[in-house]
Amino acid sequence: MANPQSVHADVVMQRVDGAAKPAAKHAAAHHERPAPLFGRAAVPFFTPGVIVIAALAGAGLLVLAARLFFGLGAVTNLDNQYPWGIWIGIDVATGVALAAGGFTTAFVAHILNNERYHVLVRPALLTAMLGYTFVALGVCVDLGRYYNIWHVLMPQMWQGNSALFEVGMCVCCYLTVLYLEFMPIVCERFRGNVNLPGLLAGLNKPLETLLRLLDNTLGATMNFFIIMGVVLSCAHQSSLGTLMVIAPSKLHPLWHTAILPLQFLLSAFAVGLSMVVFESLLASRSLKREPEMSVLSPLARLIPFLLTIYFGAKVVDMANRGTFEYLQTFSLRSVSWCVEVIVGILVPIGILLSHRLRRKAGWLFSAAAMVVFGVALNRFNVFIIGYTPPYGTKPYIPAWTEVLLTVGFIALLVLIYRLFIFLFPILPDEEGAKHA
Amino acid sequence: MVTRREFLKYTGAAAGTAALVASGAEASTGKTHLDPERIGVLADLTLCIGCRRCEWGCAEQNKLPHGTLQSYDDQAVLKEMRRPDETRFTVINRYPAPAWREQPLDVKVQCLHCEKPACVSACIVGALEKNPKGPVTYDAWKCIGCRYCMVACPFQIPAYEYDNALTPKVMKCTLCSERTLKEGKLPACVEICPREALVYGKREQLLELAHERIAQHPDRYHPEVMGEHTVGGTSWLLLGDRPATEYGIPELPDQSPAILTETIQHGVFRGFTGPLMIFSLLSVLMKSSTDKRKPGQGDSHGDNRDGEDHHG
Repeated sequence: MANPQSVHADVVMQRVDGAAKPAAKHAAAHHERPAPLFGRAAVPFFTPGVIVIAALAGAGLLVLAARLFFGLGAVTNLDNQYPWGIWIGIDVATGVALAAGGFTTAFVAHILNNERYHVLVRPALLTAMLGYTFVALGVCVDLGRYYNIWHVLMPQMWQGNSALFEVGMCVCCYLTVLYLEFMPIVCERFRGNVNLPGLLAGLNKPLETLLRLLDNTLGATMNFFIIMGVVLSCAHQSSLGTLMVIAPSKLHPLWHTAILPLQFLLSAFAVGLSMVVFESLLASRSLKREPEMSVLSPLARLIPFLLTIYFGAKVVDMANRGTFEYLQTFSLRSVSWCVEVIVGILVPIGILLSHRLRRKAGWLFSAAAMVVFGVALNRFNVFIIGYTPPYGTKPYIPAWTEVLLTVGFIALLVLIYRLFIFLFPILPDEEGAKHA
Repeated sequence: MVTRREFLKYTGAAAGTAALVASGAEASTGKTHLDPERIGVLADLTLCIGCRRCEWGCAEQNKLPHGTLQSYDDQAVLKEMRRPDETRFTVINRYPAPAWREQPLDVKVQCLHCEKPACVSACIVGALEKNPKGPVTYDAWKCIGCRYCMVACPFQIPAYEYDNALTPKVMKCTLCSERTLKEGKLPACVEICPREALVYGKREQLLELAHERIAQHPDRYHPEVMGEHTVGGTSWLLLGDRPATEYGIPELPDQSPAILTETIQHGVFRGFTGPLMIFSLLSVLMKSSTDKRKPGQGDSHGDNRDGEDHHG
């Protein structure tokens, strides 16, 4: 049985082969083996921007401490009318949607085996792994009895009627799959050069063996995990939409529908690819690298089609339920719906359908950012803005501490992402290509 | 790339896991078979005088913060619309007298103990349960504090102890299940009511009683019993002088909101057919795309004949 060391390594080898052919038109940079950025990047790890981000992360952790010591009531504006705030609406619901880049990239690059996109797999995988880790953290922070989270895994407490149970189980499994998918990268980094100093030196051999074992086992089974990751993602991305279906009298009719799970899934497809484009361009900017337009532009070609299907599922359903009338009144909800659809769906469809605009980094970045914003706003609308409790007396406005924790967690995620691309072979080795 | 053998292996493994999960889910989700003898409370709101003794009795029974019984004589609070919360499981709200009747309508608000409760369906660990005998009970030990029950409840009843940093609980009326089902006593609020506005008994009999009263005094009662059908029925039954929506009950359908989500959940995940189908489809897709891109590469073709033939 043909057995590449790992799917990723296999892919990289092909890339290098491809680059060697004179016919290869793309810049050599895209065909270089991924490498850690330390010592190779055009920028240092710490820049003024990174220091600001680190400060925000620190502030967020202080709020986390306050939440643990003084309780949810002390740091949130949650009450009996609004049991879920931005920690669920943004950290969890939006977090899951924006981490969809992992499974959408895995689909186009590995399952459709489109080699061109293999270069995007590792950054997308890293984003998904960190994204889901922070989703899990976000859930724990919001749980009143976070120390009971293991109950979800106990068969005697399984509750198959609950959409939240399905989301919880799937996210748990998917997180495991993501860590396993990432392991070959860790192996690639350390295999053959485990060199612990002093007393720990005795561990070098066993660690080396462990890495080899892991690498070989994962190499043989990686396809299973890749497919599993896509299946699990489809399952929980949609179940996240099922969550609010149980509250038909509370979720505003502009959003409440029995096909909310389908809409969540369709929007996850679109936002997953957009997020990959958005992040790649952002990272190129921050690391002073060439934007990978030769890969991103063709990938972005798919986004308007996915968005159109999502848009169709949205408007046909609304026409069906006769809920367009709610747009005739001027309110926070109707405006928010319009922004979500116009800025988040229609405008980016327009931009990305244009072959010319798609090839310009600025336009591509704007369009991808709009899709990300639109889907994020959709999740925010479904969980926060559209939530209308029957006995609501005062609206929910998040406390500054809630906002700070959310911002802090995002900052921490960005920081760890940066650390990982400096430590692990995630991005193609541009520097190496120049010197070659 | 996925060879045929691998494909079968994966599918087999996934099916095994699926069967395991499905059997577990089935066991924990089997429909609550409600006891035909299950209990409930009939609240004849037209008899209530807003003395608030039930509020005191409830607080006393459930060890919630409360003053003396006399302190509950204060009728001023009836002017504002209050909600049950983490410090009180029941409150009385006063609605002005209609033109045709002298008395205002005093409405007791607490958990209605739905027959098919959305909170129970939503609960991720089964901390909330519908006792076949009627009460919707809560097990704080199981609870992880996700508050999805609060999102799901159409009556906005469950409250949360947000200020408790370590062991917060979901707080709501228990229908005094400890007293009623174990000790054979009346719920505290029913016991203390001086007007017999509250009647505890078997739900079926209470429904009969309610309809008898409506038939005897059609001028006094609105002809519908709140809780007979709303959201699939509730253990508490309310008799009022006006439609329930005019005394603070939201406009709700006769079907429990849990039915739709459970239909979606089980439709998609029944026997894991949906996920398994996607898995198989993706496996085939992955295999065919790999074969197409790498003709003649690797020795996997040995056990790959089917795929080869397929793609000719």
